[in-house]
Amino acid sequence: MLERPETEVLVRARGLTKRFGGFTAVDGIDFDLYRGEAFGFLGPNGAGKSSTMRMIGCVSPPTSGELSILGRDPVRDGSAIRARLGVVPQEDTLDMELTVRENLLVYGRYFGLSRRVIRERTAALLDFVQLTDRAGDKVDPLSGGLKRRLTIARSLINEPEILILDEPTTGLDPQARHVVWDRLFRLKQRGVTLILTTHYMDEAEQLCDRLVVMDHGRFAAAGSPRDLIARYCSPEVLELRFDPELHDAAADKLRDSSAERTEVLADRILLYVPDGDAALAAVRATGLEPLTSLVRRGTLEDVFLRLTGRRLED
Amino acid sequence: MAPVSVVQPGWPFSSRSFRAFQCWLTVYRRIWRSSIWSSVLGPICYIGALGFGLGTLVDKHSTASLGGVSYLAFVAPAILASGAMNTGMAEASYPVFGSLKWNRIYIGAQASPLRPADIFRGHLMFMTMRLAMNCAIVMVVMWAFGAIESPWVVLAYPAAVLTGLAFAAPIAAWAVTVKVETSFNYVFRFVVMPLMLFSGTFFPLSQLPAGLRALAEAMPLWHGVALCRAFSLGTAADDPVGMLGHVAYLTVLAAAGIWAGARTYRRRLYV
Repeated sequence: MLERPETEVLVRARGLTKRFGGFTAVDGIDFDLYRGEAFGFLGPNGAGKSSTMRMIGCVSPPTSGELSILGRDPVRDGSAIRARLGVVPQEDTLDMELTVRENLLVYGRYFGLSRRVIRERTAALLDFVQLTDRAGDKVDPLSGGLKRRLTIARSLINEPEILILDEPTTGLDPQARHVVWDRLFRLKQRGVTLILTTHYMDEAEQLCDRLVVMDHGRFAAAGSPRDLIARYCSPEVLELRFDPELHDAAADKLRDSSAERTEVLADRILLYVPDGDAALAAVRATGLEPLTSLVRRGTLEDVFLRLTGRRLED
Repeated sequence: MAPVSVVQPGWPFSSRSFRAFQCWLTVYRRIWRSSIWSSVLGPICYIGALGFGLGTLVDKHSTASLGGVSYLAFVAPAILASGAMNTGMAEASYPVFGSLKWNRIYIGAQASPLRPADIFRGHLMFMTMRLAMNCAIVMVVMWAFGAIESPWVVLAYPAAVLTGLAFAAPIAAWAVTVKVETSFNYVFRFVVMPLMLFSGTFFPLSQLPAGLRALAEAMPLWHGVALCRAFSLGTAADDPVGMLGHVAYLTVLAAAGIWAGARTYRRRLYV
């Protein structure tokens, strides 16, 4: 884990564990989250990301281990902690019967804010998420991207110190995702601490200063996206696709190649190499002719594959 | 620095419960028009059909078993009490379930400083408001049909609201734990309907065999009906101890629901 002792620890976990009956969702994890950073939990569905988020959100008591949020105990002081958190849940919990503005009003009242304060903040927040012209519209007919932006605006009504985002862009089209990323980046610039889960490696790379790769309730690795790629992946990756008839034979042959590592997927073969073009030439020299080939840089997806033997979005 | 909420011991209906209640008010402001019609038409149909329609037949024979009053005067306060039960059931069943599964109001509220108990009590405050509205409408209809015999009827109003709450609070405490919505059908079919028919609502309990009668008298709706009827007919003063017993029964049931709800909501929302 990277040490950043000069900044304040907002969330501290030691041996944090969550069990549901016999199933261990989170299996004794340790982490410190610092003020102002964007911290990501990357992993496939069922890795324990959402359970961790719910514990940090003070809506799920840890089974064992230590957890402190903003210096307080989430079980005893949950209400006081939640007053200082913003939460963007995996599925929107907007009230479809109400207008955009009314959703912010209701939510602001939950936090005990006066109507005047809510009115002022609503104007600023709707401007921030570019929904000002929809303020009086009902929520139901809004697109998925607009609803997500409204959920983000709503989560900011109490000016939270920590914003918790559980898969903030899952289900959005690429354009809508970029708008959300842009807004989250601006929030970070303003000093809001972001904690997010994702199973999109590009999202993690775009937003996170530090991240942990989570699998089966544990951390498989931790670091900045760049560190992780440098540590667990070769500089370049050569992706080869063969005629399905020849796929297995080619895989056998390539396993003995000089690549640092070879991953055989159902449809492709990945060679982890220092130089992709040179490796492709070497493959061709052995008499193998791929249908398609692609040389690219290593990504978090490769890190994940290396650490867990599985792909992220499976 | 955001304001820090302090735990407020004692009085369970804290300002946080009130904040949850305000959410329901905001939602209701959007949908009250559609709900108000059934609230008005229901009692008009019941009191009209039973009080006048059936009542003209009944009144041709002896009304001694009704206590010597017209069938209209007999049945109207029972419609008030059973209507309160129905409102309590309707507001505490599907809306509670839906707040977890459909519109997910509870899930959204949970991320705020509101605690599960606040979310429960805020919703219960709204249910009480709906009870107060619907009971007021029934009383106006009773008055318009000339079904009221005594000025004591003003006390039938809180009695009816209490009857509804004695159903709403325990049902809400249970509804939050329900996994499939079909469970509610069983309650409506096997609890609400028999209670509605056999709680001295449409005929006096003296018409039932002794065993069934004792069973009916153990059920909550009978206490609500007896209370509302005694106030509407002006006979409450004849049996003050009995009246206190009815109030105590209903209060205990409502209080048990309020107590249980804080726990079931917590167990369901904090997993």
